[in-house]
Order: sequence, then C-alpha cells, then structure tokens
Amino acid sequence: MRDRLIFSGQLVFTLGVAAFLVVPAVLSISAGVTVNYFRGISSGVTLQWVFQVWDLYADTILLSFLIAFAALAVTLLIGVPAAYALHTHGGRLSRIVEEVITLPIAIPGLAIALALLLTYGGFRSFRGSWLFIVAGHVIFTMPFMVRSVMAVFATVDVRTLDEGAASLGASPARRFLDVIVPNATPGILAGALMVITLSLGEFNLTWMLHTPLTKTLPIGLADSYASMRLEVASAYTLIFFIMIIPLLIAMQIFADRGQGR
Amino acid sequence: MNVAAGHGASVRIEACGKTFADGTRALEPATLDIACGETLVLLGPSGCGKTTMLRIIAGLELPDAGGRVLFDGKDMTSVPIEKRNVGMVFQSYALFPNMSVADNIGYGLKIRGIGRPERAARVAELVALTNIAGLESRRIDQLSGGQRQRVALARAVAIRPGILLLDEPLTALDAALRDRLRGELNRLLRALGITTIYVTHDQAEAMELGDRIVVMRKGSIAQIGTPREIYFAPESRFVAEFIGAANIVEAPVENGYLVLPGGRQAIGLEVSQSAAVAMIRPETIAIVDAAGAPLSGIIDSVSFIGDRQRMIVSGASSRPLAVDAPNTVKVKAGERVGLLIVPDAVRLLPPES
Repeated sequence: MRDRLIFSGQLVFTLGVAAFLVVPAVLSISAGVTVNYFRGISSGVTLQWVFQVWDLYADTILLSFLIAFAALAVTLLIGVPAAYALHTHGGRLSRIVEEVITLPIAIPGLAIALALLLTYGGFRSFRGSWLFIVAGHVIFTMPFMVRSVMAVFATVDVRTLDEGAASLGASPARRFLDVIVPNATPGILAGALMVITLSLGEFNLTWMLHTPLTKTLPIGLADSYASMRLEVASAYTLIFFIMIIPLLIAMQIFADRGQGR
Repeated sequence: MNVAAGHGASVRIEACGKTFADGTRALEPATLDIACGETLVLLGPSGCGKTTMLRIIAGLELPDAGGRVLFDGKDMTSVPIEKRNVGMVFQSYALFPNMSVADNIGYGLKIRGIGRPERAARVAELVALTNIAGLESRRIDQLSGGQRQRVALARAVAIRPGILLLDEPLTALDAALRDRLRGELNRLLRALGITTIYVTHDQAEAMELGDRIVVMRKGSIAQIGTPREIYFAPESRFVAEFIGAANIVEAPVENGYLVLPGGRQAIGLEVSQSAAVAMIRPETIAIVDAAGAPLSGIIDSVSFIGDRQRMIVSGASSRPLAVDAPNTVKVKAGERVGLLIVPDAVRLLPPES
C-alpha cells in the first residue's frame, strides 16, 4: 500500500514536470496552425502562417543550412585530424590545447562575437559575408567535434592500429584515411550531428555577427517574434522543430549505437 | 609452397640506446648482429628493454644519437617503418576492425599496388598456410584469440617482408592454445626462412623458437647464445635463474671440489676459489643411496608434478637444493639420500653478476 502511494506520487510528479516542459512547446506549435490564436483553436486550423513564414524567411532557412554544413565541413577537416594529433601526442601540451579548444563552450557567445568583430570587423567583405558567421560557428562547435572524436579514440587503440598500418607500408595520409577515420566513424557521426544542430540553433554569436543580408533561422525567428503576429512566429517555431527534431533523434540513435559497441 | 622462402635480410644494430622524453633509460647502447634467415629471440622480464629494441629495429622508435640500424648493410636508421619492408605482429595484433579478415591480410599488398586477382591468390595462399580457411569474410570481432593471432601473422607475412618482427605474439592467449600455436609458429618460421626477431618473456617460447636467444635485463644485454648455451652455460646468476630452475650454491672451491656442508662435489675444473658461486640444475642431480655418496642431505619435501617429482633437500648445501627425480623413484620426506652430480653439470658463475 505504502509502495503504491510512493509510486503514484512519483508518477504524478514526473508527469507534472514533463507537462511543464511539453505544454509550452505544444501550445507554441499549435499557435502556428491556428487561424487566430486569441480566439483559440475554435477559430480554425490553417497552414497559411507556415506558408507566409516560408515566403518571408525561406532565405534565412537556406542560409542556416548553408552555414551549418560549411561549419561541419571545417570542423571535420580540422577537428578530426586535430583530435587524432591530440590523442597520439598526449602529454601536457595536448591537454592545454584541448582545454583551449574547449573554452568557447564556457565563454558567452556574445564575448566571442565581440572579439571576432574587433579583430576582423575591418575586413569589410569578410565581415559582410556569411563566411563571417561560419567562422563564429566553427569556433563554437569545434570542441564538440574534437571531444566526440577523441572519446572514440580513447576506446579504440588507434595508435597501435596506426603502427600496424605503417608496418604494412601505408603512408601517414593513407593510414589516416584507411584506418583511423573508419574506426572513428561513430565519434565523427555524433560530432557531425552535434555541429549541425548547434549551428542551426545558434543565436548569441550569430545575432552579433549577422548583417541584414546574412540572417539565419534563429535570427529570423527573433525578428518575427519582435515584429510579426504571434501566429507567424509560432509557425516559424514549428518549421524549426520539424527540421531539428529528426536531427536530434538521429543523434541519439548514433550515440546509443556508439555505446553498444 | 611459394611463400617467401629465402627473403631474409640481415640486421645489425649499432650502439642503439633509447632514452625517453621523461629521462627514463629504456635501453643501454647495444650492438647486435642478426644473420639472414635467423630467428633471434629477445627474452627478458617486463621492462628489460626488449620491446624497445624491437621497436627500434622496426622503425617505430628512433635510437638515441649515435645509434644505427642496418639492414643488409644499408643504414635504415632514419627510414620510417613504412619503407623498411618489415612484417610486424603486435601483442594486441592491431587488426583493423573496419576490414574483413581477407582485407586485413591483403592490406599491405593493396598499399603496394598489387592488383585484385594477384592479391586474392596471395591471400588464399596465406589463409591456407595459417589454417584459417573459411574465416575470410568474417569481421575481426567475430574471431577468437587464436584466430586473430593467425590473421595477424598472415597479414605480416603477406607482404614478403625481409624481416619479421613479433612482439609477444602469444602472450594474449591461454596456456594450452599458446603451446599449440608455438609449435605451429615454429614450423611456419622455419618454412618461411625470413629473418625473425621475436620478443617474449616466456622462456619456453624462447627455447623452442630461437636459433639464438638474447637475454636482457634492465635495458642491457645479459647474454647472447643458442638455447643450449643459455641453458647449460649461463654467464651470470641472473641468466641462470631466469632460464629454467637453478640451484645457486655459494661455497668455497678447493682444488676442483666445492666444499659443502653435506660433502664435497667435483666441478671438473682444477681451480680454487675462496668464495665461488655455482649453478646446478635440479634435473642434473641424481638420487643415490646415502651410504658412500659424496654428497648427502635430508629430503624436506616431495612434490609430484606428473612427468617428474621435485624434492627439496636440505643439509647438502648451505641452502636447500631443488632436486628433480624421475616420477617412478620412491622417495619420501625425512629420508636421508645421497646426491650424485656429474662434474660437468656444475657451472661456476662469475662472482657477483
């Protein structure tokens, strides 16, 4: 009897917390498909706001993806070799480098953006291009790539694998591509999904770095909240959800698979 | 079978020492010659520098300044491992988990630009040679320890290396499998005729596989010799005790006789020393009737081992002697027995070594 009571109490509490978190999301999404939010769902269901958002902000959505994939390309090209180098060299210097790479997680995005503006703001064409935002996103997402790849290196003895491939005559570049990268795949995938989702949702840095011509999805979202009807902003949120949720699920699947190994 | 017979290169390492970045001296400068086709075993306890020496020969470590590695007289010191044409079997095998068994074995050939048909033929040849037929398309994590060991060996040999380097290749296996694979490995190495350098801490492996054994201790070479030389004529107490069982007897020698508490023992050499150190192997001591024996003692304990029995006999020497007797001899603790040792079996060791 007592166990039952405790169980029921825990269940109610858990459901309450879940509801607290889920209800706002559901309300926000439902607002995006409601004809008039202030009259409630009885006013009817429509996709007109979604289409309106698409008409107004399609370019921000496309730019967001462009930036996310560009940031991914850079973090892959630099992050994976860097993780490998940090892992194989070891020692104190590697620890320091690793900490430095990780710092941007702890530093507020605004501060990073300010530093970028102070340093590179003078290069007008760079500052005005979307590549400037890519640079910010790379700084912000790099630690996630490096860390998740290094986590895999810690479980696979890549150093011996590398020596094995070397003994068979493979050059360093060949070894990296044939042996190191394939065996780091779970970490690379996890890192890649992390980079994409973080870049798509990044606001702080981007808000400081963007120009009217280089607005990303979250910037557009803030813009629509500030200047549009609530339904439009909510429809925007809906689009964001639809794009980001599959990525998050994929990330979880890869993470689980990585652990199951 | 056309595998790689006669491909051996000779190896010379000259004054190769190794000091690691943190200042530890892993290897004192050592010089060593290995003939074409020879199987040389580096034997010693862990931390003796044997793996470091192997890695210097492989090209995975650089010797300290002044050290040189020569293959067939050619200086290879600064040549990286991928250009040395050495086959290597690692203790952990270092098999590629992202490739099948066949792809692992064929990897070195692929790197060398050998076409698919020729590669497949060569892989098939090695699969047959190492008894792993039927496993070609398996993933590495689907193999047992013994199978992995064979794949690692096949992969190392596939590239027809001039020198085959094996770093404790059997250590990760259980005892019964280790014994069986040791025999197989021995036949394979003889058939291949590749110059082989084999690192182990297991003296049975060293004895069976080595043409010569290099016994190492604390980063230095303690002795180099054939298995028989190392076993019967150790040059130091360390080697005597590391290889097989040994009784170390400290006693004065007078005119060719060890003077022991339990009697006098001829050593076959007309010398006198006030404080000699001698080695006597347990199996060279025969049990005889106590009456009239030159040396006698009392049996402390008898342990039946199966193929023989090991007795501990006290009173004969200053320290109890281990004596091996055939398993049929009737002995029991507390008995007084005579010990008969042929003079040649007593080996005087240099004073503290």
